[in-house]
Amino acid sequence: MALERSEVEKIAHLARLGLDEAELPHTTATLNSILGLIDQMQAVNTDGIEPLAHPLEAVQRLRADAVTETNQRAAYQAIAPAVENGLYLVPKVIE
Amino acid sequence: MQWETVIGLEIHAQLSTQSKIFSGSATTFGAEPNTQASLVDLAMPGTLPVLNQEAVRMAVKFGLAIEAEIGRTNVFARKNYFYPDLPKGYQTSQMDHPVVGKGHLDISLEDGTIKRVGITRAHLEEDAGKSLHEDFHGMSGIDLNRAGTPLLEIVSEPDMRSAKEAVAYVKAIHALVRYLGICDGNMAEGSLRCDCNVSVRPKGQEAFGTRAEIKNVNSFRFIEKAINHEIQRQIDLIEDGGKVVQETRLYDPSKDETRSMRGKEEANDYRYFPCPDLLPVRLEEDFLDAVRQSLPELPTQKRDRFQSQFGLSVYDASVLSASREMAEYFEQVQQACGDAKLAANWVMGELSSLLNKDGLEIEQSLVSAEQLGGLILRIKDNTISGKIAKTVFEALAAGKGATADEVIEKEGLKQVTDSGAIESMLDEVLAANAAQVEQYRASDEAKRAKMFGFFVGQAMKASKGKANPGQVNELLKQKLEG
Amino acid sequence: MSMHNLTLSDIARALAEKTFSAEELTRSLLGRIQQLDPQLNSFITVTEAQALAQAKAADARRAAGETGALLGAPIAHKDLFCTQGVRTSCASKMLDNFIAPYNATVVEKLAAVGCVSLGKLNMDEFAMGSANESSHYGPVKNPWDLTRVPGGSSGGSAAAIAARLIPAATGSDTGGSIRQPAALTNLTGLKPTYGRVSRWGMIAYASSLDQGGPLARTAEDCALLLGSMAGFDPKDSTSVDQPVDDYLASLNQPLSGLRVGLPKEYFGAGLDSRIGAAILAVVEELKKLGATVKDISLPNLQHAIPAYYVIAPAEASSNLSRFDGVRYGHRCDSPVNLEDLYKRSRAEGFGAEVKRRIMVGTYALSAGYYDAYYIKAQKIRRLIKNDFVSAFNEVDVILGPTTPNPAWKLGEKSSDPVAAYLEDIYTITANLAGIPGLSMPAGFVDGLPVGVQLLAPYFQEGRLLNVAHQYQQVTDWHTQAPSGF
Repeated sequence: MALERSEVEKIAHLARLGLDEAELPHTTATLNSILGLIDQMQAVNTDGIEPLAHPLEAVQRLRADAVTETNQRAAYQAIAPAVENGLYLVPKVIE
Repeated sequence: MQWETVIGLEIHAQLSTQSKIFSGSATTFGAEPNTQASLVDLAMPGTLPVLNQEAVRMAVKFGLAIEAEIGRTNVFARKNYFYPDLPKGYQTSQMDHPVVGKGHLDISLEDGTIKRVGITRAHLEEDAGKSLHEDFHGMSGIDLNRAGTPLLEIVSEPDMRSAKEAVAYVKAIHALVRYLGICDGNMAEGSLRCDCNVSVRPKGQEAFGTRAEIKNVNSFRFIEKAINHEIQRQIDLIEDGGKVVQETRLYDPSKDETRSMRGKEEANDYRYFPCPDLLPVRLEEDFLDAVRQSLPELPTQKRDRFQSQFGLSVYDASVLSASREMAEYFEQVQQACGDAKLAANWVMGELSSLLNKDGLEIEQSLVSAEQLGGLILRIKDNTISGKIAKTVFEALAAGKGATADEVIEKEGLKQVTDSGAIESMLDEVLAANAAQVEQYRASDEAKRAKMFGFFVGQAMKASKGKANPGQVNELLKQKLEG
Repeated sequence: MSMHNLTLSDIARALAEKTFSAEELTRSLLGRIQQLDPQLNSFITVTEAQALAQAKAADARRAAGETGALLGAPIAHKDLFCTQGVRTSCASKMLDNFIAPYNATVVEKLAAVGCVSLGKLNMDEFAMGSANESSHYGPVKNPWDLTRVPGGSSGGSAAAIAARLIPAATGSDTGGSIRQPAALTNLTGLKPTYGRVSRWGMIAYASSLDQGGPLARTAEDCALLLGSMAGFDPKDSTSVDQPVDDYLASLNQPLSGLRVGLPKEYFGAGLDSRIGAAILAVVEELKKLGATVKDISLPNLQHAIPAYYVIAPAEASSNLSRFDGVRYGHRCDSPVNLEDLYKRSRAEGFGAEVKRRIMVGTYALSAGYYDAYYIKAQKIRRLIKNDFVSAFNEVDVILGPTTPNPAWKLGEKSSDPVAAYLEDIYTITANLAGIPGLSMPAGFVDGLPVGVQLLAPYFQEGRLLNVAHQYQQVTDWHTQAPSGF
C-alpha cells in the first residue's frame, strides 16, 4: 500500500517532525520504497506463531524499594536549554 | 422522558512507595522543583528503567483485596505521546496484560443496601510531572519531581447509576487503599485522582449513550457535583435535539461546570507496544501467597464481623469500618470498656462531633481510645451519669486530666449514691418549693406526671448533676406520694 | 615495531615489561590522531587532557604494584556511550551540545580496569546506517580506500583501529554495526549475546536489538576487551545475571571436532562470488584445524530484513521521542508554541535517515497497522530465532560472509536507503535472535577487506573467540595494514 501525502503529514505530526513542503514528495517516495520492502513480510505464513518481543524471553527483575538518588538538579540543568527557578521552561502549556 | 445515568470511573492511586516505580528517586510530596528528578526521571539519553518490587506488591495486594484475577505474567507497554510533563515522550503503562484483572468491590448505599461494582482491571503505570502555569515570560515551567511516581489505575465497569453511587464507590476505594496501606488517599495532594465517564440513556434502553470523560476530579464533593452537572448538561443537550460528543471535559469547581478540553483530545494515536526496556513480570505462587498472608482485615470483612461479634446494626458497622483508623479506634474503646454498643454510640456521637468541630482526623483525636474506654466504664459502674460523662469528655478533650477517673476526682463529679445524702437534699428542695408540692398533691395522675419532671430538674440542679438520677427519681416519688 | 602497530595484547606485555609507559603510548597515539585523522574523520571528540590524566594515573597504579592487562591500554568509545563531562553526540546535531552528566556502565568498567580513553568516535547518526555517511560530523573514510565507506554504524571505531590510531574500541551492534564495519576494514569485531553487555548509558537506537561490543585487530584483543565490558548490571533490566566466561582461557582450545554449519541461504544470489570464494577458503582452513562442515538451512533469512526494518524503527520512533528540546539537546530558536518547539527542534536536530526511520516506526505502530506490521514482524522474529535453535542442534557455529559486498564508494547508496538496508542481510538475524556473532578478516577482493562471520548459541562468545583466534594463528589476513597508515 502506498502512502499518500496526507498520510505522510499525519505520521510526521504524530512523530512531531516538522516537514518542509519541498521535502514532501521525496520523503513520500522514500517511505513508500521502504514500505515496499517491509510489505514483503505479508507473504510469510506466521499462523500459530507467537510474537517474540525479547530474544532471551527472560523475566523482569525487581528492585528493592529504596531511595538511592540524591538531588543533582544543578548538574542536570546545566545542560538544559531554558530553566528558571529550577523549572524547565517551555512555551505556554494550554489545558 | 425518564433518563438513566451510567457512570464508570478511572481512579489513579499513587502508591506509597519510598522510591519511584522505575528509579531510585524519592517520592516525597512538596520538594523543591526537580530536586527529585534523577537521570531516569529526566529521560536522559541512555538511561533505563528497573521495576520497583514494592509497587508490584502493592498492586497485587489491591488485586487480592478485590478478589481479582492476578496477571501472573503482566507486561509493561509504552503509551506514546508528546507532552512537556512526559520526559520520555511515552508513558510506561500496562495495556494488554495488566497486573490486576477482573474483580469487584461492594459498596454501601445510603438506603442501607449493598451494591457490587465490577472492576474491569487495575494496572501499574508511572505518573507524569507537573506543568506550572504562573507566567515565566509567557512560558510554562516544568517540574518533574512527580514523574515516575507509581500509580495504580483502577478502572471500574460502568456500573454506577447516580453521582451518589459514584461517590460511594470512590469512598470505598479510598478506604480500601488506605486499609491496605498502599496509598495515603490524600486527594488534595493528588494521591487519589478520579476520571469520571458519564453518559445518559432513556430508561429501559440497553445500549449505552455516548459518554464524556471528566478528567481529574479531586474531592468527593466535586465528584458528585461534577457528575450531576454533567448529567444535566447531557440531558439538556439531548432534549434540545443535540448530541453528546465523546470528549474529555474538565470540571471547574469555581463555576460548577464542565468544559471541553478539545485541544488535548485531537486525534490521539498512542501507538502502544510492549516496552523493550522492561521484561514481562512473572508472579510466582509463593509471591502471591506471601502477599495474601500480609492482607489486613478488609472493610467489608470488618463490617460483617462488627455485626456478628458485637451485634451492631449494618449502618453502625458500616460507619465504624469505613476507615481503618476509625475501626481501630472503635475496637480499642470496645476493649477498654467491654461494651460495644456504648463504644459505638460514643465514637459515632460525641467523638465524631468533636472531630468535626475541630476538623481533625480520628488519628489526631484529642481524646484517646483508652481515655474514652475509661470514661464509658465509669458510666457503666454508675460512678457518673451519662450527662456528667459529657462534661468529663470535654474536660479530657481540653487536656484537664489524663484519665476520666482523674477528671472525676479533681472536679468532684462523682455521682452521689448515698440515699441519706440524697434524701436530705430532696427535703431541702421540697421545702424550698412548698407551693409546687401543694399543687402536685392536689393534681390528678396526668398532671402529676408532667410536674414530676420539674422536681427532678430542681433536684439535679441542687446536686450539680451529681446525684444518681435513678435514686433521685425513686426517692422523690416516695416523698411526694408520701 | 612502532607503538601504533601493537595489538592490545602486545601493549599489555610492553607496559608490563616497562618497554614504554602508558603516558608515552598515549602521547604517541594522540599525535597520530592529530596527524592522520583529518583524512579519516574517525573521531568526533579527542579528549587529550583527560587521556593524559588517565594514562598518568595508570602508570601510577602500575608503579604501585597493580597489574592488569588493560591497565594503561588506549581505546576510544563510540560516541553513543555516555561519558561524564564529555560531549556525547550520537553523531547528531540533536546532541551536539550534550555534555553527558553520567558514565555508561561500559565506560565505567573499562575506566576501572585502567583503560585510557582517547576520545569519542564517529558513527552513523543514532547508529542508524551501514556506511557512516549519516553523521552530523561528516562521513568517515575507509583507510583501505579513502573514497570508500568504512561501514557503519561503528564506522569511526573501525576506521580508527584499521588506521592504527588506536588498537581497540567500543562499538554497538543493532543490525550489524560492529561486524559489518569490522568486515569492511579488516578487523575482528564481536556482537555479544543480547544482555551480556550493559546498555546503561549506551544511547538507545532499538532497545531489544542493541548490544555493545569490542572491535580490535585480533580475536585475542576482543577477548581481552569483552572480558572487562561484559557482566551483569542491575541498572539494565535486560542485562543477564550470569558470570562472565574467561574468554582468554578459551582461546587456545583446539578446534578438532568443531561442527561448522554453512547455511545455504548465505551463499545465494546477491553475494559477490569473490567473497563467497574467500569464505570457502576459510572453511578449508578450519577443516585443516579439525573442524567438520555441514550444510544447513536458515529458511527465514530473507524475511529478516523486512522484519528488522519494522522492529528497529518502531522501537527507535519511541526511544527518540525524548529528544524534544526541553531538558537537553538541540532546541529551535524562539518557538512560538509547544508544537513548534517539538517540530522544529526535532526537524532541525535529526538528519534525514533518522527522520525516515522515526516515520517508518511511527507508521508501523499506528492504529490500524500495528498487527500487520509490528506483530507480524515479531512473529517473523520468532521464526528466525527458531531457525537458529534448530540449526544449533546440529552444529556448534554457523559460518558465512559478513557482508554481500566489499566497501562501496562514498555516496553510492546514500540516495537509495533500501539498497543500503539490503547490505545488512547476513548480520541482522543475530540481533533479531539475540545470539552472539563475530566478524574477522578473511582476505581481500580488489584490495578491499572481506569479513567472515561466525555465529554461536547464546552466551558462547568464548567459542566464537576461540575459533577466530585459532584461525588467526594460522593465517595473516588480520595483520595486514592499509597503506599510508
